[in-house]
Amino acid sequence: MTHATQALDQMRPPHPAEPGSGVYSNKLGMWVFLASDVMFFTALIGSYIVLRFGAPGEWARPGAILNVPLTGLNTFLLICSSVSMVKAYAAIADGKRYFLRKVPGKRLQDGGLKFWLLITIICGAGFVSVQVVEYIKLVGHGFTPAGYREGSLLAEHAAADPIKYGLTVAGLYGSSFFTMTGFHGFHVTCGVISMLYLYFTKVLPEKYSPQDYRGIEVIGLYWHFVDLVWIILFTIVYLI
Amino acid sequence: MTTPTTHVRPNYMLIWLYLFVMTIAEVLLAFELPVARNLKLILLLILAIWKAKAMLVALFFMHLKFERWRLRLIFIVPLPLAAILVTTVIMEKVW
Repeated sequence: MTHATQALDQMRPPHPAEPGSGVYSNKLGMWVFLASDVMFFTALIGSYIVLRFGAPGEWARPGAILNVPLTGLNTFLLICSSVSMVKAYAAIADGKRYFLRKVPGKRLQDGGLKFWLLITIICGAGFVSVQVVEYIKLVGHGFTPAGYREGSLLAEHAAADPIKYGLTVAGLYGSSFFTMTGFHGFHVTCGVISMLYLYFTKVLPEKYSPQDYRGIEVIGLYWHFVDLVWIILFTIVYLI
Repeated sequence: MTTPTTHVRPNYMLIWLYLFVMTIAEVLLAFELPVARNLKLILLLILAIWKAKAMLVALFFMHLKFERWRLRLIFIVPLPLAAILVTTVIMEKVW
């Protein structure tokens, strides 16, 4: 049977909805929170635009200080985690609560909720780990929220080529870079902790069913939003 | 009597492939930036890719494409407000 002939609406889960809104309260609450988070990140991005284009000098070229290929890899990791999250959602909607199961006639095993959510957690934790390593390396090289640390190798490079390294506005660059990526990293960390909590308290004891998997849908919304914000931050902070 | 609309689940792996390809294209374009002859065109391309990626995530991963309009509005309403916020902040700087 193809998807198109199925009578059940796969994209509208059968959860009890609040009267009037048509959605259950947890989901509505998450959407309202995400709407407020849109404004929060807008304030950060808006400040970044004003600081960057109103600054008295040119900002450092992103590739001069930041490791763009490494962060590109990190972006890929977050996109993978987003797709594994949505696969976890689809798995429980289809009643697949297991980890992996052999499917007759198929070479690869079929992944269930336990498998896909674990992949999401691993990718999310990997993203945060890479970001921590990136911070340690940047600070080690002399790039701090206050600008280039005196006596560091980076400060020497900046003194030799002040245009490329944006020496005059290094403090602005450092503070906005660490604030924006730091707040995003904090969101990712909160998401990973929430997913770990769900994994051990609800997913492993198999408390979700095709009739009720609200927790997975709500944490999924949060996770995809975090991915969406990173898509924007990666472009404006690392690439442009 | 109207029959309720049924939605078919999208091919998530295909969307993942689109996102992957667009990320690679974005990074490659960014490496072109310092030596680009037509800087504005490359910047516009990067911003277009960024918007396409964000739309794919919002529509298909967050399932906005399949949601009711009243729920979509919750997400859509802050966007013009966000634009107003950024614009006023920039204009304050200009003034």
